[in-house]
Amino acid sequence: MSVIEVRGVDRSFVVRRRSGRLRRASTTVHAVRDLSFSVEAGEMVGYIGPNGAGKSTTIKMLTGILVPSAGSLRVAGYTPYAERAALAQRIGVVFGQRTTLWWDLPLRDSYDLLRRIYRIPADRYRENLDTFTDLLGLGPLLDTPVRQLSLGQRMRGDIAAALLHDPDVVYLDEPTIGLDVVSKSNLRDFLRETNRERGVTVLLTTHDLVDIERLCSRVMVIDAGRLVFDGSLEGLHGLGEARRTLVVDLVEPARRSTYPTRRRCGSTGRDSGWPSLPRPAPRRWSPPSLPPTRSPTSPSWSPTSRT
Amino acid sequence: MVDRVAANVSAYALLAWMWIRVSLSYRTSFALLTAGQFLITGLDFVAILVMFSNVDVLGGFSLTEIAFLYGGSALCLGFADLLLGNIERLGQRIRLGTVDQMLVRPLSLFVQVCADEFALRRLGRITQGGLVFAWSIYALDLDWTAARVAMVPYLLVFGTVIFLAIFTIGAAVQFWTAESSELANAFTYGGSTLAQFPMTIYPVEAIKALTFIVPIAFVNWYPSLFILDKPDPLHLPTAAQFAAPVAAALLTVAAAGIWRTGVRRYRSTGS
Repeated sequence: MSVIEVRGVDRSFVVRRRSGRLRRASTTVHAVRDLSFSVEAGEMVGYIGPNGAGKSTTIKMLTGILVPSAGSLRVAGYTPYAERAALAQRIGVVFGQRTTLWWDLPLRDSYDLLRRIYRIPADRYRENLDTFTDLLGLGPLLDTPVRQLSLGQRMRGDIAAALLHDPDVVYLDEPTIGLDVVSKSNLRDFLRETNRERGVTVLLTTHDLVDIERLCSRVMVIDAGRLVFDGSLEGLHGLGEARRTLVVDLVEPARRSTYPTRRRCGSTGRDSGWPSLPRPAPRRWSPPSLPPTRSPTSPSWSPTSRT
Repeated sequence: MVDRVAANVSAYALLAWMWIRVSLSYRTSFALLTAGQFLITGLDFVAILVMFSNVDVLGGFSLTEIAFLYGGSALCLGFADLLLGNIERLGQRIRLGTVDQMLVRPLSLFVQVCADEFALRRLGRITQGGLVFAWSIYALDLDWTAARVAMVPYLLVFGTVIFLAIFTIGAAVQFWTAESSELANAFTYGGSTLAQFPMTIYPVEAIKALTFIVPIAFVNWYPSLFILDKPDPLHLPTAAQFAAPVAAALLTVAAAGIWRTGVRRYRSTGS
């Protein structure tokens, strides 16, 4: 049975901009268009796309924070926007950018508060807390106020918090953002383990393809509000050539280049890069022509500056 | 319905208790902040005392009578401020995105916003208002009939509800205008300051506005007219002196409506 069902969901926003002294023009921005997908119980799905593609909007609709403009959603048997509080009991959410814990409380107190908020049975709570403390190495951190935790420590604390009430579904919004290589790797091990042992369905957004590679058997790509790919990571790699060509037109021929002429720009490897989707042709980019008097102080970037 | 109210009250108590424990873990700072609130709010009353060293009567009211008005207004505002004073930070929360974090919890958003950073130091204002109120009751030369005695808790309860509703409306407006907490403060803290003085010193238009538009006069003015046996400058029917529950109920309904509309708007715009 699908634990997440999304059918033809649209979400548009009216954005008001100033256009003139007092007049304001409003434009409708489609954050998500005609989005449909379903996730089976126990799946671990990567949800990727450039900034502003609609990932967070989707997650906000799946948690019931945002109401969709059109279409239908179903998560763990609930309609998110209509049954927000009941659904909250069944899901866990981690926003990588900010904590859902209480800033001034030691982790232990935050967890105890969550136990009461979610009405977690005492023995189940103890069991879960022991497991997570052990697996995430939280032992020495339990008595530290959240504000004193490092980013990596806080993330571990947040993830344990999202799982304490045995949710069916967990949304992880950029859980590895800002973490060092070792922390990332440990976190991934934990997530894989949790998914396998507990059968938690995980929807994970990230900009780090290694997360997807190590964790997810399935990846969904969203771009400009539309789902443009849904399948395996291999399929995604097969689809696009993972190399980019940057064509630079110089305003005038560089007399004597101090730079290596053929250098690969950006990333090309599987590990760190963003695979490009099929493009009709390499895009051409011309630098805006700058007045020649500008910036003898920073000759390092501009092709027009005289060196 | 009853279940839901009980669940919300217990959720509020749970969150408030957590914040009390947090604030008590910084004992010195808690003591200083409470004492600070006591002194700052006390200065209002010192100003009134200074005024009365020059005059004997203000707007037909003696010092003890004004102390009664002052204490009633300060206590009602104090209780409301204690219970949901932090709701005014809603705009800030919307900007920082912490409202989203509250919406992923299985609790009412209103309860969470009200209880967030519950500050026991606000007892400073209540203590100060309470002392002035108690002194005025002791010093007033009144025949304390049963009706007058009963009117005192009546004043405090409905006055508090009126301020609670005004706080809520002021906060809910921030769903549309992110930074307008000062506007709300003008009505709550400003309103309470107006209500500390007899309405007789204000122009009739102002009294009308405080009766029919922002009904702060029902917090303590109309009940006090009854208790202190004073004439009503607007010559409203005597029933007005007992109409605080009506004003409180109307405001509460309006507050609930505006709050719900605001939440719906937030959830359909996400900003």
